[in-house]
Amino acid sequence: MNNNNIKRESILTTANNLRWDVGENLHDALMESIYENATSIASKVVSFPDKKPAFSLDRTLDKILTHKYLGFLIMFLILALVFWITIEGANVPSGIIANLLVDTLHPILKTFTASFMPLWLSGVLIDGAYLAMAWVVSVMLPPMAIFFPVYTLLEDFGYLPRVAFNMDPLYKKVGAHGKQALTMTMGFGCNAAGVVATRVIDSPRERLIAIITNNFSLCNGRWPTQILIATIFIGGAAPAYLAGIASAGAVVFIAILGIAFSLIVSWGLSKSLLKGESSAFSLELPPYRPPRILHTLYSSLIDRTIFVLWRAIVFAIPAGMVIWLVANIMIDGVSVANHFIDWANPVALIFGLNGIILLAYIIAIPANEIVIPTVLMLTVANLSISGVGGDRGVMFELDSVTSTAVILHAGGWTLLTGINLMIFSLLHNPCSTTIYTIYKETKSVKWAVVSTLLPIAMGFTITFFVTQVWRLIF
Amino acid sequence: MKNPELNNCANCPVHNMGNLKKLGIDMSSFDFVVALAGNPNTGKSTVFNYLTGLRQHTGNWPGKTVTRAEGGFEYDRKKFKLVDLPGTYSLLSTSTDEEVARDFILFGQPDVTVIVVDATRIERNLNLVLQILEITDRAVLCLNLMDEAKRNGITVDDKTLSKELGIPVIPTSARRGEGMNELLNAINEVAAGKYICKPYRLKTNQSELNFAIEELSEKIKLEFPGLPNLRWVALRLLEGDQSIIDAIRSGDLGKLKKEDSLEEAKN
Repeated sequence: MNNNNIKRESILTTANNLRWDVGENLHDALMESIYENATSIASKVVSFPDKKPAFSLDRTLDKILTHKYLGFLIMFLILALVFWITIEGANVPSGIIANLLVDTLHPILKTFTASFMPLWLSGVLIDGAYLAMAWVVSVMLPPMAIFFPVYTLLEDFGYLPRVAFNMDPLYKKVGAHGKQALTMTMGFGCNAAGVVATRVIDSPRERLIAIITNNFSLCNGRWPTQILIATIFIGGAAPAYLAGIASAGAVVFIAILGIAFSLIVSWGLSKSLLKGESSAFSLELPPYRPPRILHTLYSSLIDRTIFVLWRAIVFAIPAGMVIWLVANIMIDGVSVANHFIDWANPVALIFGLNGIILLAYIIAIPANEIVIPTVLMLTVANLSISGVGGDRGVMFELDSVTSTAVILHAGGWTLLTGINLMIFSLLHNPCSTTIYTIYKETKSVKWAVVSTLLPIAMGFTITFFVTQVWRLIF
Repeated sequence: MKNPELNNCANCPVHNMGNLKKLGIDMSSFDFVVALAGNPNTGKSTVFNYLTGLRQHTGNWPGKTVTRAEGGFEYDRKKFKLVDLPGTYSLLSTSTDEEVARDFILFGQPDVTVIVVDATRIERNLNLVLQILEITDRAVLCLNLMDEAKRNGITVDDKTLSKELGIPVIPTSARRGEGMNELLNAINEVAAGKYICKPYRLKTNQSELNFAIEELSEKIKLEFPGLPNLRWVALRLLEGDQSIIDAIRSGDLGKLKKEDSLEEAKN
């Protein structure tokens, strides 16, 4: 054993001595010879065309898309276009699915189960679990089936690295890593995925900043909330011919607000808790590739739409049961839900929200996807609107965005509630999956807690100020 | 008596393509380990998905494979475990993704390393290819994105490239599944030892460096006989690579040769 150790050490000593002979710049010399060898081989096997038409097209595109100012403008316009297509396209299929799952199937299931189940069991299963699922499918599926393929087409085309390229100088300026622009864009899909993606950042300091601020990228689960609320309240406040553009613009605004917060918070962190310089990196802009439409449609449907929908359904089913139970378990003749809502309402009003929204965000901690369905179920249960829903905690026929709007207006919602919900949906705790992922990636309870509480604190602060200013003006 | 015609069929890659079984994540037992390496955004994950039937997310997006993904496939009645490594530009720096790739090729001892290369950016990609060929003897070059090269009017002489590098070079368009038969066949031949690679080794014109590498290699060889990538280990030692120094001190470097003697025992 000892003999072995001596031999091994002698290898290292020899290496140390030889290092003097080869000189300090060994690494550079080595890299140089690698490049020389590569060049000489390449010159033997590759031949380029005399003219490079496709390359110059790539270059022209890059000049425009990564232009100092034009690049940002185009970025916003493309974002707006994507949302506009989603908003305009989702309404009709949403109505058709709701019609099928809620109007047609629900009464059938209800009658069928009522024949052999006790009332409370069919309430929990059919009025709770099934309806929550049906609602999630009809609200979520159409926008996702439009949004994700369009987003994937942009990704396949090679646009997202250009977005990162545009954002990079901004991140550098606030003391964060340029690659944070990439992980931020990943967060637009899913924050948990964005947090995992921060592994591309080597410096632990910059990686922590990227992890904490990833939540400011609106994720899959929050896009439908933004789109629906913007359609009802922002679109509803605009003249009919501008409604689509106004609501798309509002969603873009919230998304950009998120980017702004990620920059501001990164700056704050790199000046206080996580001090340091930003490190350099190289970002390769891949060539533009014509996306293969059919393949993209298929893979984005499988990879993203079905995945997100499945997650939403899995979380909606137990949430639906919880909602039915809190709306139907009575204490002193008032349901548990109403107890909470009545208690929370005065507090929530300070922030321009309401008790139902707060309860919904508690029930929906496992998945942002079910916030809107939960809000609607609770609103109906709370109001017991006559004619539309029968029992408490039962969702009813909602065949279009319009009837959703009717319910929310009946629940006392105003334009201010809508705006504040959009802000709060951007600035609140990450979903439980993301929190757990942050804990796993940082192995630190402290940073998981900071990442959870910081956005909530910001959300309440900003909705508070918006509400106070709004009330001063109107 | 064997029918010669039938034999021809069995040897034809097109016939064997029918034998590709995508095993997904089922890797209970396997005959060979295949590593997928390459620059970012060259289509490694697309090749991975094609062969395993898995659906690792792919995108026109450098650096989206951060950790290594594993899957399996069966070809020519042999089971292969395929490991998708993170895309890197080099193996010489010390970022996490490069270490994952390098350590796997070096210590994971894959039977074949498939290097996926962007046919439209061969010169730059060759930098990594040459580094990989320094540390492994068995590699296949997958010349991917041929469709894009064609679109841009770039032609690549794959025969000469193969002769230069001393490993099989297979032109492919993984997105369209083109060239995958031939790729599978090449992987199989290298894994089974039917194709003996003579990998290109870096030529330097610095005599001191060559001398130093020689001398150090000899010394390492005495302590760790049968090590497959002596030159590279020597080079890294000269550079003062801490992980290699640690591997020598702890004797972990010797693990490399164990695999080798296993190989010999099999033969």
